[in-house]
Amino acid sequence: MGLLEAIILSVISASTPLLLAASGELVVERSGVLNLGVEGMMIMGAACGFAGAYLTGSTLIGALSGMAAGAALASVFALLTLGLAVNQVATGLALTILGIGLSGLIGAGFVGQRITPSPNLSLPVLTGIPFVGQILFGQNAFVYVSIALVIGIWYFLYRTRGGLILRAVGDNHTSAHALGYPVLKIRLLAVLFGGACAGLAGAFLPLAYTPFFIPGMTAGRGWIALALVVFASWRPARLVGGAYLFGAVTILQLHAQALGLGIPSQLMSSLPYLATVIVLVLISRARSTAGSAAPASLGLVFVPDR
Amino acid sequence: MQLVLERRAERSAFIAIASPLIAIALTLVTMAALFALLGKNPLYALYVYFIQPLTDSYTLQEIAVKATPLVMIGVGLSLCYIANVWNIGAEGQFTIGAVCGSWLAVHTNGSGAGYWVLPAMLLLGAVGGALYALIPALCKVRFGASEILTSLMLVYVADLFMDYLVRGPWRDPHGLNFPTTADFDPVATVPTLIEGSRLHAGAIGALIFVMLATVMLGRTIKGFEIRVVGAAPRAARFSGFNSNQLVIFTFLVSGALAGLAGIIEVAGPIGHLQPGISPGYGFTAIIVAFLGRLNPVGILIAGLFLALTFIGGEGAQISLKVPLDLTKVFQGILLFYVLACDSLIVYRIRLISTLRKPAHGIA
Amino acid sequence: MLNPISAPRTSADVPLLQAIGITKLYGTFKANDAIDLDLYPREIHALLGENGAGKSTLVKAMYGLIQPSAGELRWMGEKIELTGPSDARARGIAMVFQHFSLFDNLTVAENVALGLDGKESFAAMSARLAQFSQDYGLPLDPKREVWRLSVGERQRIEIVRALMQNPKLLILDEPTAVLTPQEADQLFVVLDRLRSEGKALLYISHKLDEVKRLCDTATILRAGKKVATCNPRQETAASLARMMVGADIGEVKATTVHATTVPRLVIRDLSLEPDDPHGVRLQNISVEVLGGEILGIAGVAGNGQDELFAALSGERFSPAEGNIVIDGEAAGLLSVTARRKLGAAFVPEERLGHGTAPRMRLSENALLTGHAASGMVKRGFIDRPATLSMVDRTTKTFDVRKAKRDPEAVSLSGGNLQKFVVGREILREPIVLVVSQPTWGVDAGAAAVIRQALIDLSSRGTAVLVISQDLDELAEIADRIAVMFHGRLSEPLPRAQATREKLGLLMGGASASQPSAQIERSHAVGA
Repeated sequence: MGLLEAIILSVISASTPLLLAASGELVVERSGVLNLGVEGMMIMGAACGFAGAYLTGSTLIGALSGMAAGAALASVFALLTLGLAVNQVATGLALTILGIGLSGLIGAGFVGQRITPSPNLSLPVLTGIPFVGQILFGQNAFVYVSIALVIGIWYFLYRTRGGLILRAVGDNHTSAHALGYPVLKIRLLAVLFGGACAGLAGAFLPLAYTPFFIPGMTAGRGWIALALVVFASWRPARLVGGAYLFGAVTILQLHAQALGLGIPSQLMSSLPYLATVIVLVLISRARSTAGSAAPASLGLVFVPDR
Repeated sequence: MQLVLERRAERSAFIAIASPLIAIALTLVTMAALFALLGKNPLYALYVYFIQPLTDSYTLQEIAVKATPLVMIGVGLSLCYIANVWNIGAEGQFTIGAVCGSWLAVHTNGSGAGYWVLPAMLLLGAVGGALYALIPALCKVRFGASEILTSLMLVYVADLFMDYLVRGPWRDPHGLNFPTTADFDPVATVPTLIEGSRLHAGAIGALIFVMLATVMLGRTIKGFEIRVVGAAPRAARFSGFNSNQLVIFTFLVSGALAGLAGIIEVAGPIGHLQPGISPGYGFTAIIVAFLGRLNPVGILIAGLFLALTFIGGEGAQISLKVPLDLTKVFQGILLFYVLACDSLIVYRIRLISTLRKPAHGIA
Repeated sequence: MLNPISAPRTSADVPLLQAIGITKLYGTFKANDAIDLDLYPREIHALLGENGAGKSTLVKAMYGLIQPSAGELRWMGEKIELTGPSDARARGIAMVFQHFSLFDNLTVAENVALGLDGKESFAAMSARLAQFSQDYGLPLDPKREVWRLSVGERQRIEIVRALMQNPKLLILDEPTAVLTPQEADQLFVVLDRLRSEGKALLYISHKLDEVKRLCDTATILRAGKKVATCNPRQETAASLARMMVGADIGEVKATTVHATTVPRLVIRDLSLEPDDPHGVRLQNISVEVLGGEILGIAGVAGNGQDELFAALSGERFSPAEGNIVIDGEAAGLLSVTARRKLGAAFVPEERLGHGTAPRMRLSENALLTGHAASGMVKRGFIDRPATLSMVDRTTKTFDVRKAKRDPEAVSLSGGNLQKFVVGREILREPIVLVVSQPTWGVDAGAAAVIRQALIDLSSRGTAVLVISQDLDELAEIADRIAVMFHGRLSEPLPRAQATREKLGLLMGGASASQPSAQIERSHAVGA
């Protein structure tokens, strides 16, 4: 396998958890809720996903455990922000801290264990095609799910009534409520969905990316996923581009380190984070002239009149 | 029947005082359940976490040592949060402050420099932290970029930067290849308050900042500006307060306090620069700020309380074989309960009947 | 003029919707108190009452948005309990809100779809939308995003959306509050047609001459109770007003002091780009306000009034310092605080959130504008007793009713908070006062106090600039009236020459010489 093919494969791998987590968060934010706890939900997904796969021998159960863990944590977030009208920023932070701590607790017993990684697709003729075969037809299930997820979300948001209602809630929750739509229920569903996606994204790491669990293995990917949603201007199509761009930055700096260019490894490792800051600045600057694309009621508290 | 949330006509003063206590009580109950789940005796575990550290004078001093950075950073963060500006990068500002102050210590190491070294280090630490906090502030003010994400990304960058320094150019040549600088000279060390203990002058500094913040927030026009900008940004603008300037001001102050805490921690209890100078002070301080209800005196109490749990956690790790992560879990759960209880200051929960009462009196 | 031809109601007619003994409590506050109301088809029924009388609460109960605490609703003779707006819509009740329930960043078609129940496909709905809007003379472009539309056009969306449900009962909440007189006339044509098609209409308003023109029956609410049901055409405006308010409201006493010839507030050739892409660009605004006069600026919301206020107060800087002159000082580049130090005072349209910080106490809100020049701040420290004394003085002078000495701003009623907000500025004896929508959403008693206070202030030599959507109010207090339209300001007319018709034309975009037929055409295109 050539170097370019190997790089592309590893970029796809690195981008997948970002795409999964960001897609879920996109739906959440489109409904008007800002959930900063993505990192916490992801790391919980990693710990519970690994635990599930290790204990049952099935990576599918592992993936489902990860999703369940993410959704469970998201439900606590929903209880506070939707049920008790608590500030969403503070709650999201609390969620992250709790998730990191809990994942350490749960994962402690599994450090050092290994599982069989989730298998890659293998089609009779197609996978064997040189260069594109592996890239298109030899990927991990998670990768295909991530692409299907983005397409599904795009279709839902722009081609179904449910998606229209969700976008309306995110645009103006007062109007949506006046028209009789159950704002809190819709947001709850969106938040749980986002949690499941983040959990799945986290589960990808120990189930397919590296077949073992290390505490803190998400290393800030959850935060980058949040930045990606901003970068994509809350539109699914641009999300794919953004996720793969960041995946590329992550992989390329690893390769650059291996090339022994004499640049300190820590500087290279900080590239994805610095890139995030720069991207955020550029996007925000471009948007300030055109008007914000953020859902207008993003982060605002909603308490219905009775 | 349905549970609904309803806004109160006026904030409930009773809940405002009782809320942190209720939150702590709920957390203790939850933790007891968690201990039981882990197979430990809940009452003994609670004792180890919360009571035992208070029984020994050494651990009491350790509580003060751990509380110092928490309170200093927490006070700075509270200014930001009151203004509705979300500085999440205090951990990074702490690190950069430590690095900037340590620069002087490392370069004057063994050179017989005078007593000016320590004050200069402290100043460098504060300035370094402030300038590092200026980056997300400017990104927000000039470009409208989310300060949550930018300040947080910079935490990772700061961490990696310090890692590079202590493994590379600043590594102690006589240190047997450990990633650490040489021990700081006595002139570069924060003096201790009690012979032979780790309790140091930084604790006094923390108390002073608490008092200054109390006065500023409650009695000065600057404190009023910060409060209005956070509570009603449009009214603040109408009032003539420049919210951009205030964003920068609060970031600079909290960055300076975090940076100062960083260099004090390094030049005091630790004594040299190494990876892992902070068990997440910058993040725990966020909890301290909220637990303390964004009020400087409340933050002092909350800081002491959370420092207690850090020490308790270390003790539990030894005597109960419980991982240190449990302390993080405790802190996360505590923050959840604090936020939930605080909501009841502004809202009340009511049980309403979805059935309608019959009409009385038909005209 | 409208020709109301409605068949006389026979005793055999069953009311379409009956409200029987409707009561609604918010805590101990009775928003509605045992109200009875009967609505019949082929009738336009007015619901009259001043701000705070309980009209909106009653219709929200009729639309299923809130549940009454007691009483029942009967639909075509049968008792019903509405579970929500979709239940109401399913039965045939449609409502056009005063505050539109629209989504700015979605298109017209998407907005309409959200107001309907989604049983037909989007394409079919769009076709029906085009048909309806053409049929009723309410032109709309389905693909346009709502933030681009004017207020009148947005209301069309609300009306078409309601009509597409083929309702039997249409409720309209203060529909002409945001329309020019000419647009209001067009609306009445549509309502007339709906009545002749057999629908029942409930028309909420506090504008008495409209009600007399348009409505067959009127029910009057006062302080949550029903006071009377009558035929508005057989009543005079004065008798209706007395029933609404309960007593003769004292007439506002005009000043006998004439304006000086000294211009204390001058706006000179002000052009300003909006800082928000949905905003309005100000273009070459020039006007002078003399000391001792009240200059009124009329205009439908959304024509640049907010931008003008921000430029005057200093929340936005003008391009040149000479654009705004306060008492001879070039102030265009001065901050809000500096302008207050020059003696200017400002009252914005939105009292909660802009004029005051809702969850802060009145003393702190006094400090909000008082810190600049009222001796409340000494060397950086706040003089709390001084702020409290300002609250006391405002309370006394302007009769501000509140539950305790220093409550949170949000706990005051609209009228009382507005008296505080206006009062704290007037007590500073400013030389220039700019006030936007001084009595919006305020009960008649408080409105009279505020208007009298403005007149008294001007008689002491202050230049007062009043921006208002309420032509009646301007007719009452302003010496000269100008009109804002699309960011431009017309030449001010003396009060005697500023007839409703003339002002209405200017509000709709005519210049003094433009014939009205041209305006009709430009409206029809739906610009």
